[in-house]
Amino acid sequence: MTQVLEIDRLTKGFSLHHLEKDIPAFEDISFRVAAGEFVLLKGANGAGKSTLLRTLYRSYLPLSGEIRFHSSHGLIDLARAADVDVAHLRRTEIGFVTQFLTARPRVSAEAIVAEPLRLAGWEQEAALEAARKALETFGVKPDLWAAYPTTFSGGEQQKVNLARALILPQKLLMLDEPTASLDANARGALVARLQELKDQGTAMIGVFHHPDDVMHLIDRVVDLTPDAAPEEERDDVAL
Amino acid sequence: MTLTLDAPRIVETRPLLEVHGVSKSYGPVQAVRDVSAHAYPGEVLGIVGESGSGKSTLLRMMNLEEIPETGSYTLDLADVSDNLFELDRFARRMLCATKIGIVYQNPHLGLLMKHSSSGNVAERLLVAGERSFATLRAAATEALDASEFPLDRLDAPPIELSGGMQQRVQLAKAIALEPALLLLDEPTTGLDVSVQALVLDTLKRLQQDRQITMVIVSHDLGVIRTLADRVMVMRRGEVVETGLADQIFQDPQHPYTQQLVHAKL
Repeated sequence: MTQVLEIDRLTKGFSLHHLEKDIPAFEDISFRVAAGEFVLLKGANGAGKSTLLRTLYRSYLPLSGEIRFHSSHGLIDLARAADVDVAHLRRTEIGFVTQFLTARPRVSAEAIVAEPLRLAGWEQEAALEAARKALETFGVKPDLWAAYPTTFSGGEQQKVNLARALILPQKLLMLDEPTASLDANARGALVARLQELKDQGTAMIGVFHHPDDVMHLIDRVVDLTPDAAPEEERDDVAL
Repeated sequence: MTLTLDAPRIVETRPLLEVHGVSKSYGPVQAVRDVSAHAYPGEVLGIVGESGSGKSTLLRMMNLEEIPETGSYTLDLADVSDNLFELDRFARRMLCATKIGIVYQNPHLGLLMKHSSSGNVAERLLVAGERSFATLRAAATEALDASEFPLDRLDAPPIELSGGMQQRVQLAKAIALEPALLLLDEPTTGLDVSVQALVLDTLKRLQQDRQITMVIVSHDLGVIRTLADRVMVMRRGEVVETGLADQIFQDPQHPYTQQLVHAKL
């Protein structure tokens, strides 16, 4: 299998200076993710699942360990990569999906969804065309495509967010509870899109409150509960 | 302790802007002490810090309005010399007019308040040598339009305009010659919150459409968060921390940055 990510003894904690306190998040986490593989992160609230995702994306700086990413430019340790390299990889190879949309005033839904394609060098019209298709897939009504999502309901905003986050196939995709508060149709569309990306070779690491939604996508489970067995096969997914 | 980051390995382009080891004092006050900064082409660098942190002094150095006692400044452009701080006054003025645009917090610093708005923008083109009235007028109109200035008010002097509109005239003037570098000094401070959002949105659009390299200075973390790719935190004339914008806001390392981020509403 082609490895995409090799996480090696990764440790994260936070130093809160005003409290003069060090708060550990997780310690010595090691696992690998191959192309087309879906890894579910498991653990009680506070076990550090979301923290791990954000550390891999470099929104958080790790304390120690390595995050070896097989980029199209060769192997790079995301724990130590220069900011400008991380920013470049986020535009081209590494995606992060949350349940929240950062809507901007006076930017239409289709323009927001098309933006990752525009940044990747697509022509305006082709990008908008693909964006409309993605909005349709996630069940956003055509009337809303040219409207500003700042005024949309939470559910509709989330669909726009997913359409945007998943429009450009990435090598590595982090998923932080993207199904929370989605209606059944949108959830179905999300799972179908994830399956498509998985088949195309995207490696995925996800945190799901209700893993049943993505049950058939999961290849492996990594348990972040301290002292848990390092890795489990997918039969062990707790339902 | 956190890890020390590597030098860039994937991105091979050189930074457009590089300031290295600059220091400047005003009498006994050291405004900027041994500061280095860089911005890659198309990148937005945000500089935050409270009043007196030296951030505006640093920006004025980037606009060659202030020359530091030590340090160097390069812009990676064709026909631009090595250390811009060593240019004579004429060369400096020409470089600023053609390669660098600036928007000040106070529009009086950037505009002639009683001349027409289009005239203010055209003046920038005149400095660069354009003489045809028709070209001047067309270019000024184009720049004002791109800054989302209402074109039926082209001839109104800035003194008759609202604060938000004055900032749009400054912005039009700054981008009229398609500068390689756009400097923004608290561009929305003092505007109503709703007007502020619209001006920020215009800046964001311009940045995306034209891929201009920007340096924005603000004490307002919300402004920096909206625009910046990378953030530099200054305090008492020194840089205490730099990082990707989301990392600075979500996982600030330095005690001062933590205090700043946590103090935000």
